[in-house]
Amino acid sequence: MSEFLQMGGYAWYVWGSYGVTFACLALEILLLVKRETKN
Amino acid sequence: MKWFWYASPQTFYPLAAQLARWCGLAAVVLALAGLYIGFFVAPTDAQQGEAYRIIFIHVPAAWMSMFIYVVMAFWAGIGLAFNTRLSGMMASALAPTGALFTFIALWTGALWGRPTWGTYWVWGDARLMSELILLFLYFGFMALHASIEDPRRADRAAALLALVGVVNIPIIYYSVKWWNTLHQGASVSLSAAPKMAATMLSGMLVMALAFWMYSVAAAMLRVRGIIRERGS
Repeated sequence: MSEFLQMGGYAWYVWGSYGVTFACLALEILLLVKRETKN
Repeated sequence: MKWFWYASPQTFYPLAAQLARWCGLAAVVLALAGLYIGFFVAPTDAQQGEAYRIIFIHVPAAWMSMFIYVVMAFWAGIGLAFNTRLSGMMASALAPTGALFTFIALWTGALWGRPTWGTYWVWGDARLMSELILLFLYFGFMALHASIEDPRRADRAAALLALVGVVNIPIIYYSVKWWNTLHQGASVSLSAAPKMAATMLSGMLVMALAFWMYSVAAAMLRVRGIIRERGS
């Protein structure tokens, strides 16, 4: 498991990419769902 | 299909909710499958090690950034030509999601470039510059639209900008051929066999489908918001 998380020494690059991508998409969905339920 | 029936915002409104629901569900399933292939099926790259796994989101995000722009410009053009209300709304609904994928393509590209090229960013690389211009085109479209009070006039002005900006899309696509700068050429193209292992390619294609379905769902939710807020 920890070997998987280390990504062969590229953890910052790999998880930095996937993390920011996921955060961006999650934020967009959150804002859209909020807009959907607001009015 | 009653296409013209759905050209009216009111009749499209409930259909947009259905499309958002089913495309959103498809996006989740495809993303889980794509991530599984990308992390557990695709082997470690012989040259780039595990860092190459960034391409499973980088390449699909870059494809979507260009594809969404073309679809946005298409709807903007239809709105200009036929003066249909829903077309301009569709263009406005696509712009933020397109900008988001452009940012993701640039961000993941930087994090891939650092271990692979030795640098996060290169000023003057044709691919990087034209993709950055794409981000500014999305921002310009949204800013111009927001700056004009009457939404129909805003649709028309922003549509012109969107149509002029289409010229940037082939520049992005062919930039790696026309200028031989740092960014490498395409590993996947319609005219040649892919230059990568089949599992790597399938992971990338499944992620591209996931992003595509996500984009449809996000645009459909946003167009519903626009229809409500314009009170039409």
